[in-house]
Amino acid sequence: MAWTRNVLRVDLTNGTCKSEPLNMEWAQQYLGQRGLATKYFVSEVDPKVDPLSPANKMIMTTGPLTGTPVSTGGRYSVVTKGALTGAIACSNSGGYFGAELKFAGWDMIIFEGKSLKPVYLSIVNDQAELKDAAHLWGKSTWHTEETIKKEHQDPLTRVCSIGRAGENGVMYACIINDLHRAAGRSGVGTVMGSKNLKAVAVRGTNGVSTIRDPKAFMAATVAAKKVLADNAVTGQGLPTYGTQVLMNVINEMGALPTRNHRDVQFEEARKISAEAMAEKRPSDGKSHLVTNNACFGCTIACGRISKIDETHFSVVNKPEYWGASGGLEYEAAWALGAANGVGDLEALQYANLLCNEEGFDPISFGATVGAAMELYELGILTKEQIGMEAPFGSAKAVCEMAEMTARGEGFGKELGQGSARLCEKYGRPDLSMTVKKQEFPAYDSRAIQGMGLTYATSNRGACHLRSYTVASEVLGIPFKTDPLVTEGKAGLVKAFQDATSVFDSAGVCVFTTFAWSLADLQPQLDAACEGNWTMEKLAEVGERIYNMERLFNNAAGFTAKDDDLPPRLKTEAAKTGPAKGLVSGIDKMRPEYYQLRGWDEQGVPSKETLGRLGL
Amino acid sequence: MKINFKLFAMLQDYLPAEGRRDNALQVELVEGTTIQQVIERFGLPQKSCHLVLVNGSFIPPADRAALVLKDGETLSIWPPIAGG
Repeated sequence: MAWTRNVLRVDLTNGTCKSEPLNMEWAQQYLGQRGLATKYFVSEVDPKVDPLSPANKMIMTTGPLTGTPVSTGGRYSVVTKGALTGAIACSNSGGYFGAELKFAGWDMIIFEGKSLKPVYLSIVNDQAELKDAAHLWGKSTWHTEETIKKEHQDPLTRVCSIGRAGENGVMYACIINDLHRAAGRSGVGTVMGSKNLKAVAVRGTNGVSTIRDPKAFMAATVAAKKVLADNAVTGQGLPTYGTQVLMNVINEMGALPTRNHRDVQFEEARKISAEAMAEKRPSDGKSHLVTNNACFGCTIACGRISKIDETHFSVVNKPEYWGASGGLEYEAAWALGAANGVGDLEALQYANLLCNEEGFDPISFGATVGAAMELYELGILTKEQIGMEAPFGSAKAVCEMAEMTARGEGFGKELGQGSARLCEKYGRPDLSMTVKKQEFPAYDSRAIQGMGLTYATSNRGACHLRSYTVASEVLGIPFKTDPLVTEGKAGLVKAFQDATSVFDSAGVCVFTTFAWSLADLQPQLDAACEGNWTMEKLAEVGERIYNMERLFNNAAGFTAKDDDLPPRLKTEAAKTGPAKGLVSGIDKMRPEYYQLRGWDEQGVPSKETLGRLGL
Repeated sequence: MKINFKLFAMLQDYLPAEGRRDNALQVELVEGTTIQQVIERFGLPQKSCHLVLVNGSFIPPADRAALVLKDGETLSIWPPIAGG
């Protein structure tokens, strides 16, 4: 059955940890991880709740395949009401923490209330207790992980934690595990910080012994791993060049948002690309990239481990940053770089290291810097207000702003609020490149039309991982579509959203979908889990999850008006590249999408849709 | 005529040394040269020519043998890659 059937409920207000049985009826309807935890969340939490109040809850959750021998089966998610967005949040992370939680015998941890003082949760198999974290408060995620491992005298303890960003109320704070893997978006780390919960340390020695049909499961996982190995993308492209290989592709296509989306091509894109990461530097003759890296059970290994140039101005007297560490990945390189017009690879890696060390989302941070730089260039923000000169292209400004944000100092407090709140405060809300207050990732919706609809209708705010139509519109996976047209995109987005909901609920990485379809996942799930998991059942589960999230957001106060893009993308045409002269066709795609979803003109699921999905 | 020829990821090894640093090379072509002829001239494996763009626009495999390049155009080619 793959689920452990055990839920750990942690009452932070009263300091108690209790075990309860997993609701297996819900598991059959929502599978696990994203779907099942969200079902728990929406059943227990008032949609109008203040995300930073004790009444908000936070769930750390695994999927039925987490911790099993399935490829990429190391995933866990954090479900809550997002601090940044006020919408449903579900942030997914790799590394080793998720599998360890499963090995300890838990499907999910539900955190409720708020501790009076800083604590961390310690789990060793079925033993869970809250411990004092006074000595960890004010420390980085790196320090926290190292300290807890030493205190537990067990280097195999896996730790997820917040850094100073989560403590200081940076609205896009992450939860970091295994040093550089992150439940990164929507401010799930901010919620964790608001509960005075510094970290979760887990050690599990039970393995996953609940596979329904072990023989069939092993046969299915071996076959699926061969699909990944034989596929040119997951077998060669991703392990060799990582996600960063997209930098030049997206730039050539004129879809690389540059200088707060003023432009769609960055003249220095190549300098911050995967190809540049692999080249030897003139300063020390070494390449930025050290090696690739895999999360638990992953046979793709797309992760990047790099070493920063020790002579770079950002780290010249800071040996603590000279070791090999995580990054750069495409999204971080874009947000810290092209979004601000910065082509200094080493500066981007330094800012990225700070994001990992202190736990904040490089996408939202970088995009917020881009908004601040535009406000500066327009004369709305001054050198005195920011504390430095901050024109587009300033690597020094990006580095210093990352330090200020991490520490919660000076203008860093304002940057920590995200671009929507920043631009609103200074009278230019139109300059915030966000949907539902969450910053866009690295694809311009004027040049990749499907991504505009993806962003607008993403339940957690602007996000590429809810329906990555780039796969089809750019990369030709599973088939090539024209990125410049709106026709057919409503159906494409819906199909990606529903399928992704299943992958996010299974315990595997969405990157498998570059090679796998649901038809590859289905036999693995069915062999692992009781309940006859057919293709039809999985398709329905995916659609049910997406609609459940939508219902929560609607009840929280979101309407069709929130399924929209900033005016810049609808009125200022792309200046260069294949999309020159085009704006986003979101207003054309949205009604068609609502219709396909079975929602009314206001984006509310019809009674018929809800009845069909059992909602 | 001249085109701007760009090869990325694993394909960059097919560029002469002077082009590798920028992933780009100015290439002199006779009038009427097709994309497929450029691919063959540089010895690129067909199955590795996954993403072929001219001035940023995707050219489907079926069109590559017939599509004639024009002076000043940019031809960019990637093997199968992805990101996110």
